[in-house]
Amino acid sequence: MATTYEPIATTTLGSAAASITFSSIAATYTDLRVVLVCTTSAATNIRLRFNNDSSTLYSITTLYADGITASSDARGTLDALSWTVGGGSSTTIPQLYAADIFSYAGSTNKTSLLERSEDKSGGSLARIVGLYRSTSAINRLDLLAIGQTFSIGTTATLYGIKNA
Amino acid sequence: MPNTYILISSNVLSSSAASVTFSAIPATYTDLVVRISARGSRSAVVDNIVVRYNSDSSAIYSSTFITGAGSTTGSSTSSGNTSFTFNTSNGNTTTANSFGSTEIYIPNYLSTTSKPISTISLSETNSATDNYLRALADLFRNTSAITSMTFTPEIGPNWLSGSSFYLYGIKNS
Repeated sequence: MATTYEPIATTTLGSAAASITFSSIAATYTDLRVVLVCTTSAATNIRLRFNNDSSTLYSITTLYADGITASSDARGTLDALSWTVGGGSSTTIPQLYAADIFSYAGSTNKTSLLERSEDKSGGSLARIVGLYRSTSAINRLDLLAIGQTFSIGTTATLYGIKNA
Repeated sequence: MPNTYILISSNVLSSSAASVTFSAIPATYTDLVVRISARGSRSAVVDNIVVRYNSDSSAIYSSTFITGAGSTTGSSTSSGNTSFTFNTSNGNTTTANSFGSTEIYIPNYLSTTSKPISTISLSETNSATDNYLRALADLFRNTSAITSMTFTPEIGPNWLSGSSFYLYGIKNS
């Protein structure tokens, strides 16, 4: 059986940082998975950007809930995939953000499936489908705390998944 | 490069059981994944899975979830609970040989802070009304490493034969 679900890189922040970057990602896997558990300097949006590309090639459709209402939202022409439509990070309670990025090394547009778990003794969650309209292979991921910083102790891990 | 997503333990029931427990979970992984296929003995179409970590029954469990139930959507939040109780499973009056499916992702289960947990849980019952899909953001406000977990039907009282529980460990290096 092939070795799959391999850890490519991991980071635990020893000092606050506005972003976490995984670069020089090898094209030897089929899919990628990134798992982020973070607190931030203030509640903010958490975003995922590919190839350091901030052009408006990203779009998302989000199914989300806040403990009262279930909602859906679609947005285009974004400069990164957003995890936090209808939510926001916490300064004190670690929150979970994960993304599966399919066929990242291919030459077609890239589809991702994202999830957000932000319970803070009452919070929000989301399941998100994202599209990055680029035909270039993804070789870099940036996790962004928009306008704030990820706090010390934040962890992020990138995994590679092989289909053979 | 190490292979990760390693099976730590499994329990496929060959007879009814009131609960399933994974204990002595090693501290050698980064994250945990639980995959459950469950059918309870409750005389109804569905039941819920009660999840408790470290046998801790203090009121430090909270959940926010989104539900699709037949043609209805909704959301609810609940805190100060003594377990997680909103994961759905099939009950004993649903179509024969059908089970509810649940996946639980627990990052940083060794951490000394509160633990966010993500769950997706569904019961497809071949019923016009009693089908459930739930995604949950759970928070376990315990600062000890998770070393055990127990799964009990909320009403049950038993899990039925054929129910399966798998625990996997994920390493980040």
